[in-house]
Amino acid sequence: MSTKLIDAPSPARVKQARGRRLFWALRMTPAQRREARWGLLFISPWLVGFFLFYFAPMVASFIFSLHDFILSAPDEAEFVGLENWERMLLNDPDTWKSLKITFIFALISLPIGMFSAFSLAVLLNSRFLMGRNLFRTLFYAPTMVPLIASILIWSSVLNPQSGWVNRLIDVFGFEARGANGLRWMDDPGLIYIAYSFIALWGIGNAMLINLASLQGVPSELYEASEIDGAGWTRRLLSITVPLVTPVIFYNLIISLIGLMQYFIVPWVLTNGTGYPEGSTQFYMIYFYKQAFTFQNMGYGAALAWLMFIIALIITIFLFATGRYWVYYSGEKES
Amino acid sequence: MATIARNTLPNASLSEHDIARRRRNLLRQAAVTMFALIILGVYLMPLAFGITTSLKTKAQVSNPQAPILPSEPQQFIHEGESYDVLQVPVDGTTHEWAIVQKGRRLSTFIDINNPEAGLIEWEGNWRGLEPVNELSIQWSNYPDAWNTIDYMRLIFNTMRYAVITMFGTLVASSLVAYGFARFRFPFKNVLFIILMSTIILPPQVTLVPSYAFFVKVLGWGGTWNPLIAPHMFGNAYNIFLLRQYFLTIPREMEDAAQIDGAGPIRTFISIILPQSKPALTAVALFHFFFAWNDFFGPLIYLAGNRAANPITVGLTEFNGLYEADNQLVLAAAVISMIVPLTIFFMAQRAFIQGIVITGVDK
Repeated sequence: MSTKLIDAPSPARVKQARGRRLFWALRMTPAQRREARWGLLFISPWLVGFFLFYFAPMVASFIFSLHDFILSAPDEAEFVGLENWERMLLNDPDTWKSLKITFIFALISLPIGMFSAFSLAVLLNSRFLMGRNLFRTLFYAPTMVPLIASILIWSSVLNPQSGWVNRLIDVFGFEARGANGLRWMDDPGLIYIAYSFIALWGIGNAMLINLASLQGVPSELYEASEIDGAGWTRRLLSITVPLVTPVIFYNLIISLIGLMQYFIVPWVLTNGTGYPEGSTQFYMIYFYKQAFTFQNMGYGAALAWLMFIIALIITIFLFATGRYWVYYSGEKES
Repeated sequence: MATIARNTLPNASLSEHDIARRRRNLLRQAAVTMFALIILGVYLMPLAFGITTSLKTKAQVSNPQAPILPSEPQQFIHEGESYDVLQVPVDGTTHEWAIVQKGRRLSTFIDINNPEAGLIEWEGNWRGLEPVNELSIQWSNYPDAWNTIDYMRLIFNTMRYAVITMFGTLVASSLVAYGFARFRFPFKNVLFIILMSTIILPPQVTLVPSYAFFVKVLGWGGTWNPLIAPHMFGNAYNIFLLRQYFLTIPREMEDAAQIDGAGPIRTFISIILPQSKPALTAVALFHFFFAWNDFFGPLIYLAGNRAANPITVGLTEFNGLYEADNQLVLAAAVISMIVPLTIFFMAQRAFIQGIVITGVDK
């Protein structure tokens, strides 16, 4: 099931490569050379694409960030050194405010989403559930609803008066629709919860990956623990959770990267105004305004690079701490 | 209890213990399935809300007291005139009467079940009376939304983008994946790590210069070209998925083809591709859904050219302009999900397998 990411070199090749690794290309036989040429030919679309759409723009982005460059007046661009960086890090409160908003939202939305995806997977994996395949399809279906449609539907269903969410809460005896009711989209204290609801319609992939991983847990482990008298909760916490940590880790990284680029929901709902009370001024919204509304390419590039650096730090941090809590069965870490 | 259960079971030789266990399992099944149904109901509730609301009248959408299902106040036509039907309480029973003359103290009604009986006078304020609602589904919201938003054009733009880039990414990604799966070449592992790390690279870091280049240097602002071009060079997710699949294909047939004198390209086309249909289907589906949902790229590159808008941007603009007509906005939203949901239900097998490969095989 788990194919290794990188082909492991044979011991002979390791020995051979050690020392004169750099001259390996020169010491190839004609057959090897032919193979290498074909290999490079096959991957050449990506090599070209990587250079054109990743490497060159990244370097250019950094150079942009050192310039005062407004797109509508490209001739007036001038080198300003670290001025953009200085402004961004020291003199622009909006940078830090939008970063803070993005992280607060991530802290609320991420646990809700990851917990829901895992719980649904556990439910769908239950041997007592009838019609499992049908349930799996139906629980996945909202993920297929186009995001804009989800946003529009959720913003209506969260309408304080006519939305069914508040009507449902009213049924249980709370006055959600009253004057002091739950105004999901207008209350800075509720808006992140409301946005997290919308995100719940996108957890299908995480749920499926969790489910596949749960199905891969060897049943002998459960049987053995059952004989030892472990209950359901105990089995879940001591066997299931540790064994699916690799998948949780993967979901965590993918979700965090996605959340840092959180843009579409606040954009569709508020058009970037930050309503209510600036609480939806996410980092990407701020970046969009600087780079595309004001066409301030130099400052926008600096903001983009800051995001890249933060993403890099988070990823490195996760991979560094991952070895303490992510369980890789039978595979030695290489 | 135990004797009844034993009599109904076909296999009478089951022990008491087995029967008890079976019954317990049956109960657990019922409980877990019930629980799942409730969760599913809550989870899909907004969808039901969206569809019902898209079938309501504007008046009903803006009235918070209105019933949940699409309905309209009932009208009663009597002698060529149309009257509202209200619920009138008289002596503890509620009558459905059509109001003929409205008054603050005294109103006159006609009994809709017995109009020949003539006018009935009722004392009380008619404003306190609830209207009688009857089910009334506004199918016309759908053609209205379709025409107002010019859906044909949006679907055409979105489809064209999805199909062109789908072929582009399929060709490029499968070539690259084959290169990584079967050939040895210098720096292969380093290149593969670089490829995989582009997955976690925030796209914004390349966006500003790309935008400046496409718009200022190539003059592609307002066109789809800057959105289509990058897909012609493959995508890390798709390459990874295809590579994993190619690795599972046994080499024997390729070796045989090579002995018969087929070159690598020939082998790739006639041996590898026909065997990789499930993976290619999954990639095609992923890409289609990606393209159907793509928002940020079209938003910035197509700015100023509304005729080129895809569904996502078109819907967002529509929502901004017709916020007061929530039923039309929701009808448009429902239309936008028909194609992806249909494709998903038809091809879910290949699709779900693909997700599992990208997520678990790492």
